Amino acid sequence: MWEYTDKVKEHFLKPRNAGEVEDANAVGEVGSMACGDALKLSLRVDENGKVADAKFQTFGCASAIASASALTEMLKGKTVEEAEKITNQDIADFLGGLPKEKMHCSVLGRQALEQALAQYKGEHVEKKEGEIVCECFGVTDLEIEKAIRENDLSTVEEVTNYTKAGGGCENCHDTIREIISMVRAEEKPVAKPKLTNIQKIRMIEEIIEKEIRPSLKHDGGDIELIDVVGNRVLVAKRGTCAVCQASEQTFKNLVESKLQELVSPELVVEEVPQ
Amino acid sequence: MTTIYLDNNATTQVASGVLEAMLPYYHDLYGNPSSAYIFGGQVGRKIQGAREQVAALIGAMPEEIIFTSCGSESDNTAIMSALSTETGKAHIVTSRVEHPAVKVLCTHLSNKGYRVTEIPVNREGQLDMDRYKESLSRDTAIVSLMWANNETGVIFPVEEAAQMAWDRGIVFHTDAVQAVGKIPIDMKNNTIDMLSLSGHKLHAPKGTGVLYVRKGTRFSPFLIGGHQEKGRRGGTENTASIIGLGKACDLAALNMEEENTRVKQLRDKLEKEILDRVPNSRLNGEPLNRLPNTTNISFEFVEGEAILLMMDEFGICASSGSACTSGSLQPSHVLRAMGVPFTMAHGSIRFSMSIYNTEEEIDFVIDKIPPIIEKLRNLSPYWKPDEQVCATGA
Repeated sequence: MWEYTDKVKEHFLKPRNAGEVEDANAVGEVGSMACGDALKLSLRVDENGKVADAKFQTFGCASAIASASALTEMLKGKTVEEAEKITNQDIADFLGGLPKEKMHCSVLGRQALEQALAQYKGEHVEKKEGEIVCECFGVTDLEIEKAIRENDLSTVEEVTNYTKAGGGCENCHDTIREIISMVRAEEKPVAKPKLTNIQKIRMIEEIIEKEIRPSLKHDGGDIELIDVVGNRVLVAKRGTCAVCQASEQTFKNLVESKLQELVSPELVVEEVPQ
Repeated sequence: MTTIYLDNNATTQVASGVLEAMLPYYHDLYGNPSSAYIFGGQVGRKIQGAREQVAALIGAMPEEIIFTSCGSESDNTAIMSALSTETGKAHIVTSRVEHPAVKVLCTHLSNKGYRVTEIPVNREGQLDMDRYKESLSRDTAIVSLMWANNETGVIFPVEEAAQMAWDRGIVFHTDAVQAVGKIPIDMKNNTIDMLSLSGHKLHAPKGTGVLYVRKGTRFSPFLIGGHQEKGRRGGTENTASIIGLGKACDLAALNMEEENTRVKQLRDKLEKEILDRVPNSRLNGEPLNRLPNTTNISFEFVEGEAILLMMDEFGICASSGSACTSGSLQPSHVLRAMGVPFTMAHGSIRFSMSIYNTEEEIDFVIDKIPPIIEKLRNLSPYWKPDEQVCATGA
């Protein structure tokens, strides 16, 4: 038995706005009987661009019905711009949360809303874009990517909870894993603010002191910072590093990679002969 | 609110006579049956008594009864034992509609390199006996087929299937967890080598089961590490529950007739009335060759979990083969194996009765179900009342 919040139960037992808006000008229909849940959302947007009426029809479990009921309540009186900003997490939050295995019910609401608003704005809506990844539930790569981005998902199980993809024969699990890595790889590192020369030199000194010197000392070696010219970092080897020929490559790599990672990716390390 | 419990294939109420029989073993007679002194040893004799009671219910000999912790342990023990004693054989025959205790174990074994054949069933849930016969080979180590299906109640011809295996020298196991106590079973009249049963399905407590092993069947224990059960199942006996199981088996024998008359009539009434009153509903499973207490009904265009939660508002307990109830995303493997269409599979409800149910309860349920289905259908985008009525001619 699922642990539903009182609000989920209430919206399930007494659903608000069930039915179809007669003069609807924004309709979204998602899901299918085979998938086990489906939602038809119909809205009437008035001349001021506000949602004047919202109704739903759901085939599905208690949380699917409650999510749709909640969505219609959230939509009423909102402008199209405001409505566009409603996420699946907002729907879940409105209900005081959903069991994680049931998050796909809120995603279904979000998908129907997107489709309805696109129709209102006269955008061309393809029923299914992208390539089907999950044959069992007809989920495309684009839908999976979107769910990963919007909800910060990182495992196949989470993707299944949010989209149902991978919940049947499990043959697509490898593909889902690939999509997760792809989306994750795209994430751009946060741009670091540009450093002044003084800041840069101080940071290089600090990193050498805290991150680099200890590991060199461990092997009896040491490092000395000679100068910083633009992005060129001039250093000299000391201790055993100075006499160890084999260390040349590893020494430069270690110092350069640490400084690039922690100070600036543009830095180049150059070794100054003693 | 009173509870109307129609989920007896999931678990049952411990019979009051059973609980009474058990209580002394927690308080006064708590000794370890393996101990040398009388305080412990006398408990061992009581366990022997329970063994005789269980044996009597299924027409077995007491020494053929091994107490385990549950039906799943019995199933695992049986299959793993055969794979260990039937050296050189690597083929398992089972069906598509087994309980997870068998089905998931077989999938696990298939990943380990064993060859597993799952015999299909027809639309009414009956086993394809031709395919079964063809599947038996020199390499087959064990056949494991359930006696009665937990979801639909459909009974397999296991005695006939066991004979075919016997003729070929193949070990035959049956998961009879749902059958024992509901229909007569006599191990003297068949060639089944091993049989699993579970205490909590027949008004004994949870945490106790039995594996029947026919005398002369080669056996290899699953739980190793104790001399209990003659070295066939290590672990200190769950004394009180075993005593309870013995008593429950006595009661099951006494109640067998009521189960197959009054309980069956209640089931038939519930089934007929619901099918009559709710349009676009249908029965899952062969109607005649079925457990007397079980009915599985599908309601088109609605989802099972939603039905269960609305029933719960009236205190009515049952289960569903819908995806949402199970936590998986696919509807019941049993209904899918039977080819039940998706429009029906997601809206399936299993009602399973016991001797404790009354006609008043059944009448109450008959009253409540049609409006629940109607309410949910009115929410469903697929429900077009006018078309549906025409389509079914109702």
